[in-house]
Amino acid sequence: MATAHTTVDSAGFSRVRGWLRRRRSGDEIARLLTLLFALSVVLFTLLLVQRLWDESGQARQAFGWTFLVSRVWDPVAGQFGALPFIYGTLLTSLLGLIVAVPLGLGAAIFLAELAPRRISDGLTFLIDLLAAVPSVIYGLLGVFVVVPLMRTVIQPALKQTLGFLPLFQGPAYGIGFLTGGLVLAVMIVPFIISVSREVLLAVPVDQREAALALGATRWEATWKAVMPYARAGLLGSVFLALARALGETMAVTMVIGNNPNISASLFAPGYSIAAVLANEFSEATGDLYLSALIELALVLFVLTFILNGLARLLIALTAKRGSGMAHV
Amino acid sequence: MSLRTFRRKVVNVVMLTLTGVCAVFTVSILFFILGYLVYNGGKSLNWAFFTQLPAPVGEAGGGMANAIVGSAKLLLLAAMVGVPVGLLGGLYLAEFGGRAVPFVVRYMADLLNGVPSIVIGIFAYAVIVLRARHFSTWAGGLALGFMMAPIVLRSTEEFLRAVPRTMREGAMALGASKWRMISSVVIPAASRGIVTAILLALARVAGETAPLLFTAFGNRFWSPGWMQPTASLPVMIYTYAVGPYEDWHQQAWAAGLVLLGLVLVTNVAVRLIVSRGMSAQRP
Repeated sequence: MATAHTTVDSAGFSRVRGWLRRRRSGDEIARLLTLLFALSVVLFTLLLVQRLWDESGQARQAFGWTFLVSRVWDPVAGQFGALPFIYGTLLTSLLGLIVAVPLGLGAAIFLAELAPRRISDGLTFLIDLLAAVPSVIYGLLGVFVVVPLMRTVIQPALKQTLGFLPLFQGPAYGIGFLTGGLVLAVMIVPFIISVSREVLLAVPVDQREAALALGATRWEATWKAVMPYARAGLLGSVFLALARALGETMAVTMVIGNNPNISASLFAPGYSIAAVLANEFSEATGDLYLSALIELALVLFVLTFILNGLARLLIALTAKRGSGMAHV
Repeated sequence: MSLRTFRRKVVNVVMLTLTGVCAVFTVSILFFILGYLVYNGGKSLNWAFFTQLPAPVGEAGGGMANAIVGSAKLLLLAAMVGVPVGLLGGLYLAEFGGRAVPFVVRYMADLLNGVPSIVIGIFAYAVIVLRARHFSTWAGGLALGFMMAPIVLRSTEEFLRAVPRTMREGAMALGASKWRMISSVVIPAASRGIVTAILLALARVAGETAPLLFTAFGNRFWSPGWMQPTASLPVMIYTYAVGPYEDWHQQAWAAGLVLLGLVLVTNVAVRLIVSRGMSAQRP
């Protein structure tokens, strides 16, 4: 819209300039306002780290690095060690991965490589719904369905067949590391599937066609041509799931047994970092106790931070190499 | 057919079948969860559940009206924090950003999104509850808002970026200022996606329990105003499920059914709307 196109007298000219400036300053206000809100996310995050670091100061000073390797958790005596919780967190997450990775990758292969588009979309829709089920619902089913099932059927069966291993010894309570791991497995499978499926779909078609043209079967093309190509992204999906498993709180709290204990037996009741926070935080008496719990939260934060960073890097690597459509 | 070819074909069929079994098994878990909750929750779900306060310990009956209202209040607060931050922040990333600032913001948002919810709860405790010296609805809502903001931010950015360049150029060519272009062309074009993203984020935080345990805490009675601790559906489910009374367990199932129903219905409705409107969008 040319405003002053007939005579460029000075008054008209300055009117145009003023209009342009107002217009630009309106843009400038919008830019600054939105920038402010965008930066507030950065501020939240920095504040989060700062608060965790500050509030855990007392425990960090009292115990130093031994906090991470001490096995004693005795609030009454003022002795706090994180090892049983770290052990429980890592063990349950590992158990979860052992079940969830093959299941998730298998399903992702089916959805990305085999199923016709419409069936694949429909199943993916349902799997996304599974990912939306709240954690406390998994806990509810864990307590009333999985725990009795473990106690009466699965654990006795494991004891009978594999009871010679130290892993499967001891009384079958139903609750414990193994149950926690199984519940976690079900919770992280949807994440592995949806990320892996996108990673697999980002692999160029040439990769498959070349293998098929050389006479490979469908499975061989997938296993030997597509999977290696997508390796980094698939690993990223596993890391993402692991980060989620480490921080998972409610479902694990409800089935793990809540006993700070390091035991080779998977049947034994244990504890995880998130679970001890959920159980003891609001009842913690004394500053040192509270500070030790916040240091546990800091440990959990650092663990998930590292894993998430690695996962995103790996996924970005494959996405860049592929067609670039896996924007995770 | 040589033995080797035969073996390869058998492996092919077996492995491909197994992948199908994996997919079907995973999906069947969803139906198991749904069916079990409908069966168990349906038995104890009645009108009183929606209208009455929890019964005193040892008495049968009662409901969770206060928890339903509490959850609604918490979600309102969460939206008041999460929606402006996510929406305007996402607007900045998609429309105004240069290189460095958006990178940092995106990175931090993803980081915040990956923080375990219990840690967010502890943060809200340290920042609000510790200062105010008591649990409050306000603290719980803010904790949920912290969780919601990065989700809304990232999806707003994606939906805005999906608006075709030609539409922007059309507006610019008509002489619209940048802000005018954004507010009257870009945002309306992306509005459906953004609204669905907000609803999905709400559905996600509606089921969060861990951040509420030591912020909103719990309450067996009505919670007036915003400064008192309040009951919420997820925390009630947790408390009742691990409690020792059979009657509590029944109530926990009913609450679980209501919560799951709300979350799943929102998800299904929103995803259907999105898939009908535009394809190739990640919600």
